[in-house]
Amino acid sequence: MALIKDRKRVTDNWQLLDALTVGEDGSLPPLPAGDVIVPAAGWTRARAQFIGREGRIGVWLSGTDDPRDIAGDLEHYGVIAVKFPSFTDGRGYSVGRLLRERYGWTGELRAVGDIQRDQLFYLARCGFNAFALREGEDVDAALTAFADFSERYQASVDQPLPLFRRRESSAHR
Amino acid sequence: MYIYDHIDQKIIEERVAQYRDQVRRFLAGTLSEDDFRPLRLQNGLYIQRHAPMLRIAVPYGMLASYQLRKLAHITRTYDRGTGHFSTRHNLQLNWPRLEDTPDILAELSTVQMHAIQTSGNCIRNISADHFAGIAPDEIVNPLVWCEVVRQWACFNPEFAYLPRKFKIALSGATTDRAAVQVHDVGLHAVLSERGEIGFRVLAGGGLGRTPILGATIREFLPWQHLLTYLEAILRVYNRYGRRDNKWKARIKILVKDLTPAGFRDAVEAEWQNSKNGPSTLTESEIARIAGWFTRPAYEKLEPLSSSYVLAIGRDKRFAAWARRNVHPHKVAGYAAVTLSLKKTGIPPGDATADQMDPIADLADRFSFGELRVTHEQNLLLPDVRQSDLFTVWREAEALGLATPNLGLITNIISCPGGDYCSLANAKSIPVAEAIQRRFDDLDFVYDIGELDLNISGCMNSCGHHHIGHIGILGVDKQGAEFYQISIGGAQGNEASLGKVLGPSVSQDEVPDVVEKLIEIYLERRDGEAERFIDVVHRIGIEPFKEHVYGAHQGSKARNRQLAAA
Repeated sequence: MALIKDRKRVTDNWQLLDALTVGEDGSLPPLPAGDVIVPAAGWTRARAQFIGREGRIGVWLSGTDDPRDIAGDLEHYGVIAVKFPSFTDGRGYSVGRLLRERYGWTGELRAVGDIQRDQLFYLARCGFNAFALREGEDVDAALTAFADFSERYQASVDQPLPLFRRRESSAHR
Repeated sequence: MYIYDHIDQKIIEERVAQYRDQVRRFLAGTLSEDDFRPLRLQNGLYIQRHAPMLRIAVPYGMLASYQLRKLAHITRTYDRGTGHFSTRHNLQLNWPRLEDTPDILAELSTVQMHAIQTSGNCIRNISADHFAGIAPDEIVNPLVWCEVVRQWACFNPEFAYLPRKFKIALSGATTDRAAVQVHDVGLHAVLSERGEIGFRVLAGGGLGRTPILGATIREFLPWQHLLTYLEAILRVYNRYGRRDNKWKARIKILVKDLTPAGFRDAVEAEWQNSKNGPSTLTESEIARIAGWFTRPAYEKLEPLSSSYVLAIGRDKRFAAWARRNVHPHKVAGYAAVTLSLKKTGIPPGDATADQMDPIADLADRFSFGELRVTHEQNLLLPDVRQSDLFTVWREAEALGLATPNLGLITNIISCPGGDYCSLANAKSIPVAEAIQRRFDDLDFVYDIGELDLNISGCMNSCGHHHIGHIGILGVDKQGAEFYQISIGGAQGNEASLGKVLGPSVSQDEVPDVVEKLIEIYLERRDGEAERFIDVVHRIGIEPFKEHVYGAHQGSKARNRQLAAA
């Protein structure tokens, strides 16, 4: 699976665990070595053990997860991922904006799942800076998506001022 | 007209380039049908029964003569010469080739038009009152506010993949003519006690399978907060609206599930985070947008033109037309004129390219080059001098656009129906025509008085049958086309949803049923001033039901209802 980060193709060292069964007592199953991305629910249930573990840890959220639930531990994450089960499920766009704008996440925000070239522009606008492209996507074509539009009307993560505020502050526009 | 500045223009040109590349990849086989579908829909392109259907936006219904000429050119060049004006300020073409659609959009962009977000699960075209900017009862000019909302909605990155489509209507006048109560969000301008401008905010209205009137979630939203508040509504909907069932995915279901009060609380809580933030509107932005609208250079005229009054006295047919199709204007000596697209035998809302060009000429000669597309699927010349009305009437009549039936039974609102639309259960156009033929005696039509008759070919309700005084809905009954009739629906400030009369009927029976409804109305009305809708509200649907189905059937239906209750 190809990964784009900060508008470049990069190698991915993270392993994303789709599911994680935490025991009744909060015990964890054996985890693969290295850097892992775990489900947000798993994080909240076995937080202490993750913090003590070797290797970096990331969390992933689904569209129904509330980012507030994991927002108290931002210093522990190497990455936050948001899963898009289908590209037409747009909940993750709101989750992205909330993580950036409300909870102050400044690290890697990764879109995973059904991620294709034609969604990258809006995803980037909503604060995503890393994109685990769906199998078979053309990476070079995908890299051109960020230039689809040169201007935007609304405020969002990539441009915190709406166009009208920027027009007002620069008389020449 | 709102005139694009260089940034607005650049944005739509970049959209054309983006879409052209998507079509190229689709045709080359590197973009699958499933992946392409939401992309093309957000550019207004459906794949329909006969060919693709392209839905072109006429934002808030405002159209310039040069734009209409471009639409005529496109209709002639890329289609078969006829366009269909829909109930939400769009022009639909039924025969374009997919391969041509990028070129069509490129042509549109040269006259500052597009098909952006005219379909798909995103924020659609903002709809407005067709008298916007000229209505005597206007509190604010809604066009300016519609444009503010349009810019915010256009390519809004967070809300491109909502659970379902999202329609906003905005009314700037005391009387609501934008159907704010049956939209996902309705914004109705109001003045506070201190004279400040704001909006009453309604949410969760809609027609379709679960028709419901919107609930007021905020009585007064100061105008500065319009965008941040909309963003809060959309975010709550985007996060919590149902995505498991297409039929339960509209915001009305969420509002119902949370209750309007619960929904309002969620929106208000979300809003606290963005309230007073950078997207808070400023006076200078409103003034800037208003400044990009051209204003007609009205002359100073007498409030009533004597030549107009004389012509009314002299020509009965002109008088009949003036009574129905001429509307008051806030500027003395001017009037708005409906150019009817409801001639019997022509599908409601259809206009040919050969009509569009001369209509554009009429707009240039008599209405400062401007037109409006109304939600009743007619065109409007908004700014005509009263002294020109007689000439306008004669020319409109020659073009087949002077059917004097505004507000009357034959001014039927109808979707394209099963002849064109792949969603439809049944045909609409032949039903409309059969009713128009049944009521072809204009004097009788005038005697019946105000009556809205709306037809939808399926539950998607594009013909707004729920809010017709008489509503007709195409249904599928074991593979055959049937029609369910409802009465008592209404639009505007007194909006209400129609009630189903009884078992559905065949296509041939529809004009008979309508005629029977009219018989009861005429028999029971308390003079000409009492409209059909008033009688339905006063005496209920039972007498109508019994007359249509016979006393036996009527009571059988009633017993069934009681048993089901």
